[in-house]
Amino acid sequence: MSAARDEIFTRIRRSLRRDAPLAAPPAHRSQAPESNVRPRLEKDPLECFIDKVHAAAGTVDRISAISDVVQATSDYLHRHGLEPRLVVASHPLISELAWPAEWKIHAGPARGEDHIGVGAAFAGVAETGTLVMLSGADNPTTLNFLPDDHIVVVSALQIVAHLEDAWRLMRDSVTAMPRTVNLITGPSRTADVEQTIQLGAHGPRRLHVIVIED
Amino acid sequence: MQGSTTEFKRQAEAALHDATLQRAMAKAKGGFVDKRRLAVARLPEFAQIRAEAKAIKEHTLAHLDYYLEQFERKVLESGGRVHWARTADEACAAVLAIIGAASKQVLKGKSMVSEEIGLNAAMERAGHTVVETDLGEYIIQLAHEPPSHIIAPAVHKTRDQITDLFQAEHEKYGLTERVTETEDIVNEARQVLRTKFLSADVGITGANFLIAETGSTVIVTNEGNGDLTQILPRTHIVTASIEKVIPSLDDMTVLLRLLARSATGQEMSSYNTLSTGPRRADDLDGPEEFHVVIVDNGRSDMLGNEFHDMLRCIRCGACLNHCPVYGAIGGHAYGWVYPGPMGSVLTPLMIGLENARDLPNACTLNGRCGEVCPMSIPLPDMLRTLRFKEHERKLSKARARGALKAWGLLARRPRLYQVVTALMTAVLGSIGGRAGRFRSLPLASGWTQARDLPAPQGATFQRMWRRRR
Repeated sequence: MSAARDEIFTRIRRSLRRDAPLAAPPAHRSQAPESNVRPRLEKDPLECFIDKVHAAAGTVDRISAISDVVQATSDYLHRHGLEPRLVVASHPLISELAWPAEWKIHAGPARGEDHIGVGAAFAGVAETGTLVMLSGADNPTTLNFLPDDHIVVVSALQIVAHLEDAWRLMRDSVTAMPRTVNLITGPSRTADVEQTIQLGAHGPRRLHVIVIED
Repeated sequence: MQGSTTEFKRQAEAALHDATLQRAMAKAKGGFVDKRRLAVARLPEFAQIRAEAKAIKEHTLAHLDYYLEQFERKVLESGGRVHWARTADEACAAVLAIIGAASKQVLKGKSMVSEEIGLNAAMERAGHTVVETDLGEYIIQLAHEPPSHIIAPAVHKTRDQITDLFQAEHEKYGLTERVTETEDIVNEARQVLRTKFLSADVGITGANFLIAETGSTVIVTNEGNGDLTQILPRTHIVTASIEKVIPSLDDMTVLLRLLARSATGQEMSSYNTLSTGPRRADDLDGPEEFHVVIVDNGRSDMLGNEFHDMLRCIRCGACLNHCPVYGAIGGHAYGWVYPGPMGSVLTPLMIGLENARDLPNACTLNGRCGEVCPMSIPLPDMLRTLRFKEHERKLSKARARGALKAWGLLARRPRLYQVVTALMTAVLGSIGGRAGRFRSLPLASGWTQARDLPAPQGATFQRMWRRRR
């Protein structure tokens, strides 16, 4: 390939006192990720996840059936005095929902004028209250960043203790790495003005998580 | 980037007398330190994870060629492209070639490597419009200044200064009202930048990690600007340096446990984003092109030499936040891209010790940077090594070298040492007299300018020791 590439690799190998590429992958702990030291959780993963979402300035609803997502969303809109105009993911957790007929719903990527986005998380991580969002036709990434209000639906079955568990789930169930994996912990924030934390910098001003405990 | 490292002393002096800067630094002081301390205290496994993180980076560096090739292969497999650059100029040329000849609207997420290679200036020279989207970077771009901190680029600006800047610069968008509250300042920037996000052609981000297992580039942010920067424009370009590569997602997980805690005291930053290739055939959004520009710029030479440990740095900024010198003078006085302890090590290695010889001396060797470094980088030792090299290469002042030589002669001759120190103690003790201190001394005016030298009292330690035995 390029001369730059060749020279960089030559220099690296010279510094490492090696003159040829390695034939086999070097033995490394990452082949045994279970060896990672994992922070101990104070509570069971679901309770811990909910505490940590709150700690990151997010809010949480617990519901018992997928169909309750509509009521939970309605309550959320009411609480914040928001118009029922939503951009939604066509993810299985969301696409079957019977939204009220008078609501304005459109599926697909978010546009500049969309204020409320509803998406689905692949997993929730208890350790830090983090949502794992995978991009795809049924979960466009713009939903996670353009709207002011980001509502995320996640099944309690997908709440795992640590991020390593989410990677394991992903390796087991997703055939190829999606274009974008977003690990989202609370709403957007900045401390660039005199180190004072202000929510809603460029991404969502609010993050609301709806956990389905089925 | 062009620097002013040779002006360090003058700049530090000016910074100490800059009342506005001192006000801004006083507001920042403590915040980072306290938040980090609490975050570390809440994680009993911190020390174990720190050891684990060091092992991961050491393993990667020892097989750097292997993991870079694996990363490159995975990027290609996912439909992206990889460009290699030996120097800053090559890196800028690679980015410009990707952007193309026609003038484009370019958005940038925060990237210290892009500062290092002087990318914004290169793009502007080529006729492109460049907008920084991280709020801190946006503020300093409006002020035509470089960042003064690696994670809080506008930490040296007071709110009043930001208010003035926004008023002057946002008038052209019809925003004439003076915004003084933090919330309103943030909202105004959000409003101005939102229109730019929706119309840009190219988005450039940095990378906190490159993952060999998947060919992903990773950014760690709080604002979400880095995400809008990369998913809305047609082309996403990542600028990253060779030492950012790590083997796997699980390795990244270990490093993430340290990064946010050490930087801002968060357990996890709001947005950690993995980007792998361009948008897939059935994706509804995301960039159509994905390029990674991998920059060496002197790092391959550090591999295996006495500054090798510096390649473990994950750019958390904890060493800056805990450095009393940085806290007193801020980042600009250092005169180049990377300030504080990590910068005082990196800058001489990147632009030459002869061009940055004051930086390794801008350190009290109090050791706090080394203590808080999540990657256990022995920063004080490396600063000492650089001082040693200055001495060897005769870059230090002749008078200082002469004095050290004289002291060396003396220290290697115990008898003579005892006689001379006994004599000095007696002489200085008697001249110091009743005041017990010197306000000034010949050959030591630099020292006595800011404080008094206590006059020796009584006999030397060795003499007293002998008497007691």
